[in-house]
Parts: sequence; structure tokens; C-alpha cells
Amino acid sequence: MSLEPIASVALGAVLLLSALAVVLSKNLFHSVLYLALSLTATAGIFLTLSAEFLAAIQLLLYAGGVITIVVFAIVVTERLVGDRLTQTSRYLASGGVVAIAVLLAIGAVVASVPLPRRPPPMPADVTRALGQALLTRYVLPFELLGVLFLAALLGAIYFARPDE
Amino acid sequence: MSLSGYLTLAAALFSIGLFGVVTRRNTIGILLGIELMLNAVNINLVAFARFNGDPVGMVFTVFTICITVAEVALGLALVILIFRVRRTVMADHLDILRG
Repeated sequence: MSLEPIASVALGAVLLLSALAVVLSKNLFHSVLYLALSLTATAGIFLTLSAEFLAAIQLLLYAGGVITIVVFAIVVTERLVGDRLTQTSRYLASGGVVAIAVLLAIGAVVASVPLPRRPPPMPADVTRALGQALLTRYVLPFELLGVLFLAALLGAIYFARPDE
Repeated sequence: MSLSGYLTLAAALFSIGLFGVVTRRNTIGILLGIELMLNAVNINLVAFARFNGDPVGMVFTVFTICITVAEVALGLALVILIFRVRRTVMADHLDILRG
């Protein structure tokens, strides 16, 4: 248990550095690889918050699925090597001002309200409690999520269909 | 880390993603920034559920993760469609709706 604060701080540092690399990297493909690193670090953060099931979902859906389809989209729309892949940024100053203003606003709110310092004890098997909640009390949103996925799948296939 | 530590981490991640959305010119780069912002929201939700001591709060995170994945799939399909029509994915060049 004594290693847990060190692990969460180290994971947070990895997460922030890789996120900075995502938005600052010149090469779009490198951006995607740094995004994979930051999503994996987020899964580690979920583990320090004792959400093992969510960490597994994060790795499977994000670091597995999302990164794969983003790489495919890059391969379709750009050449994988060459000049096209280098991407430029614009409005760096105004973007930095907006981002820092948002950070300061959220930070002021976080600092102004009293928040618990120590987490309360959780049930022994979080995954079991999560699954029971998902299939009893929240079963209607769960089924609607399936409908949403079907609609998104059909829409994506329709948009990206080959030309006749 | 305390709850305010997690919230500050998520706020910093959200700001970095917002910076990427504002500054990137490539549409796929903008989508990567949106991914970072949604990820920050997920960290917030899980941290609140953990410090509330109730795993039911994590159910909401399951929904946001799944909806985000559907959103990315649709967004990339739109990017591929736009690329097929305009032969570019630079956001500055996408001005079909300009009168």
C-alpha cells in the first residue's frame, strides 16, 4: 500500500508528458503512438483507483481499438512516410492562453471546495459490484448503449463505403 | 494521491487536449486532442466514484468510454469521407459551407 502514492504520481507524470507530446509532436504518426502511451497510463491511473475492470476496458477499447482505427485513418488519408505526415500548428499563443485559462479556472474551483483526502474503503470485489449494477439497476441504459453502437457501426460503414 | 490531486491531473490533461484541438490543423490531430479531453473526464468520474466509496459511480464511466469509442469511429469515417471528396484533411481547407 505504501507504493500506491508513488505509483499514482509517476503515472500522472507519464500521462501529462505523453499528452504534451501528442499535441506538440510534428509527426502525426508519433502523435498517435504517444496517445497510446497516455491511454495506457490512464489505465494505470484507473488501477490506482481500484477500478480494475475499467482499466481492462481502457486497454482493450482505447489502446487497442481506437489506436488501430486512427492508424488506419492516417494510412488512408496520408502517406505513412514523407512530407505530408509532418503537421503544422497554428494559433500557438492563443491556444496556450485558452488552455492555461481553463486550467486556472478549474484549479480555482478544485482549490476552493473541501475535498476528502483519504478514500473510503471499497467493497472487496469492485468488478462484481459493477457488473451487478450494470445488469440490474442500469440495464436499460446498457441496452440503449448496444443500440447506439449498432447505429454508430452502420453510420461508419455507410460513410466510409467504397465508391460504386 | 488525494482527490484534489486527481482532479488537478485531469484538469491539466483537459487543458492539454484543448490546446491540441485549438492549435492542430490536421483533422485527425484535432480528434486526438478530443480523445485527451474525454480521457480527462473519465479520470474525474473514476476518481469521484472511488472517493465516494461506491462502485456504482463507475457504471457511468463504462458508458462514457463506450460512447467515446463510437464517436471516434464515426469521426474517422467522416474524415475519410471528407478526404475522398476534397483530397485534404486540413481543417483550414474545409470551407465547403462558406457562402
